[in-house]
Amino acid sequence: MIWTNILKAFLMGGFICFLGQLLLNYTNITNGKILVFFLVLGAAFQAFGLYQPLIDFFGAGASVPISGFGCSLVNGAVEGVKQEGFFGGIKGGLEATAPGIATAIIFGYINAFLFRARTKKK
Amino acid sequence: MNKTQNKQIPTKEVQEKCKIKSYKNDIKTTPYVDYVLQISPKSPHVRNLVWAFLVGGIICSIGQIIIDLFVANGVETKQASVYASCILVALAACATGLGIYDKLGRFAGAGSTVPITGFSNAVVAPAIEFKSEGLIYGVSAKMFTIAGPVIVNGIFSSAVIAIIYLILGV
Repeated sequence: MIWTNILKAFLMGGFICFLGQLLLNYTNITNGKILVFFLVLGAAFQAFGLYQPLIDFFGAGASVPISGFGCSLVNGAVEGVKQEGFFGGIKGGLEATAPGIATAIIFGYINAFLFRARTKKK
Repeated sequence: MNKTQNKQIPTKEVQEKCKIKSYKNDIKTTPYVDYVLQISPKSPHVRNLVWAFLVGGIICSIGQIIIDLFVANGVETKQASVYASCILVALAACATGLGIYDKLGRFAGAGSTVPITGFSNAVVAPAIEFKSEGLIYGVSAKMFTIAGPVIVNGIFSSAVIAIIYLILGV
């Protein structure tokens, strides 16, 4: 049971990253644009309710890639609209994704204190 | 500039590949292999794709293991996936600080960029790199060079979608 979950996550996560690598290989897109592209793609999918079924079936395989981040932004915003109307829609997206962003900021700051920049070897 | 680099780099790679493929003893074939590898650009692409698939899959599997552990301890699935992505972000931040994540990114490509760990790396790496420019304009500002566009576009598109939902009354 647990192993099938992990296998499903592995296959879906691998597939999404595979798509990203296809874009990296065959277009002039950069890493930052890839992040934005997948985020907006996930958000657009979820706008039509297509991404949540993927998360329900593939688990972390769909929720860990950045498109899952976009999906939870939209989920939060839509739930906010249903509960509080206009202002709920404004705040809902960030509210839903705040844990991830906050963790990145907090650990980024801590790590910036702890570590020095490494000289890049080529 | 590029042409000279292209001439120099394949010869090193070719030497390694020849060792791996045990062409080492056959001296006559090496110029030919050299030529073939220079002509065909597809092999690194395929290798990149395989690495991206494997690394991306492994990162998502780790996420799934964390989710399953939380669910086994009685956390709801939705909460568990939020916690799991927090833990992945924290782990990737520390891996970036230690310089492990950049090494991974060198061969994993999109496999390390597209998962949420790549977002974390995009926050932490410039924060460390621009430490010398001070805490305010260095660390705090440069933290969002890549993550900023992600957050801006994400929040904007989610708000637009939510307002469309509101207007349509779905």
